[in-house]
Amino acid sequence: MRFFRDVWVIALKDLRAEFRTKEAVNASLAFALVILLIFSFAFDAQEDTTREISGGLLWIAFAFAGTLILNRSFAREIPNDCLDALIASPVSGAALFLGKAIANYVLLLGMELVSLPVFSVFYNVRWMGQYGWLALVFLLGTWAITVIGTMTSALTVNIRLREVMLPMLTYPILVPALLGAMQLSMQLMAGNPIGPENESWLKMLIGFDVIYTAVSLVLVETVLVG
Amino acid sequence: MSAVAVEGVWKFYGDYPALRNIRFEVEPGACLALIGRNGAGKTTLLRIVAGFSRPGKGEVKIFGAPPRDTAARRRIGFIGHGISVYDELSALENLMLYARLYALEDPRRAALEWLERTGLERSANGLVREFSRGMRQRLAVARAFLHDPKVLLLDEPFTALDDRAIAVLQRLLREALAAGKTVVMSTHQLREAMELATHVALINRGQVAFHGEATSEMAADPSLIYARYGEA
Repeated sequence: MRFFRDVWVIALKDLRAEFRTKEAVNASLAFALVILLIFSFAFDAQEDTTREISGGLLWIAFAFAGTLILNRSFAREIPNDCLDALIASPVSGAALFLGKAIANYVLLLGMELVSLPVFSVFYNVRWMGQYGWLALVFLLGTWAITVIGTMTSALTVNIRLREVMLPMLTYPILVPALLGAMQLSMQLMAGNPIGPENESWLKMLIGFDVIYTAVSLVLVETVLVG
Repeated sequence: MSAVAVEGVWKFYGDYPALRNIRFEVEPGACLALIGRNGAGKTTLLRIVAGFSRPGKGEVKIFGAPPRDTAARRRIGFIGHGISVYDELSALENLMLYARLYALEDPRRAALEWLERTGLERSANGLVREFSRGMRQRLAVARAFLHDPKVLLLDEPFTALDDRAIAVLQRLLREALAAGKTVVMSTHQLREAMELATHVALINRGQVAFHGEATSEMAADPSLIYARYGEA
């Protein structure tokens, strides 16, 4: 019970701080929209091939724009040495990590929710047919980005070049999850439901989320304190 | 049982030993002033005692428990080089955040009480980024004392404080010591430190060069410790 209360306190603190400044969320949203706009110049929205790869384009935009939110996650604690006070408090590293991850998740989902209508206009995608499955894929894929990004944010918090290091560490680990999310999104946007031929991607995505969340919760204390 | 026990602590940065076999104990109610030149290892030692970093060898105990133990963390109040409060939050929100993290019964009441004790009650709802330097420092003091810690670890607590913040901190430290709490502070400001210190430890190149009771002789002339035991 105490653990979940700590998680809630940390998540609320991060969200409140972000909503006051809107630094990360504005930058991330603007970046996502710019990427989608630039891709729309490169690909003809009327072509079938564009529709086939649109799921991939969408997740590339989310992954790139998401790093701007994730970078701020632990970096927010640096200016006044707030991380020291959090580490000194009786809050467990796992609660600290999970609280930050939940705040990041909310911010990432917000950025995605605003980007999706723009995406569907630019790429002429009708995704409402499978919206239930698509929502599940978005929730799972976004959690994968969140959990890996929050962990690498903790890892790189004391590095001077953390803005460069975070994506360099995050993307290679994210490859399986992004691949799964892209494959599933493409099929669902094409109107194909999840069935025996593509459910392995869904299982992989769920497995990825569960394993990396568990590993992060166990390792974060070592990452923060050494 | 000692409030703080440092038992053969070593800390390495690569091959370089920043701390070498540091040993001392601080009894409840005592105030230890850790003194030494820049780079002597005072901050590294305090960070290990606070549980921010692990020693390469040896161990630290806070009332018999490792500093990363949840019970030990509840007993520690730390003031470091930063103020450890969020610029985007108000003074009240900052203190309520820490009150909740320390699971205090009534976070709002505790926060308001400490805002009053540090003279910040009128600025309770002001954002910290709009505070003057002195106000930020007093808020940092309130944050460290908020959960009624049994052991106060202070890294250069008087550095860059304005007169009012120094007075507030010294008053709170006197009250804490009178209440039987333990204080370990690293400092360059010997005069302020010697007003409170019951014991002194001189750290020289990662080693304890002197550890003993603070004497009236030291209080009268703090530089005496360096002259007698400091770098040759």
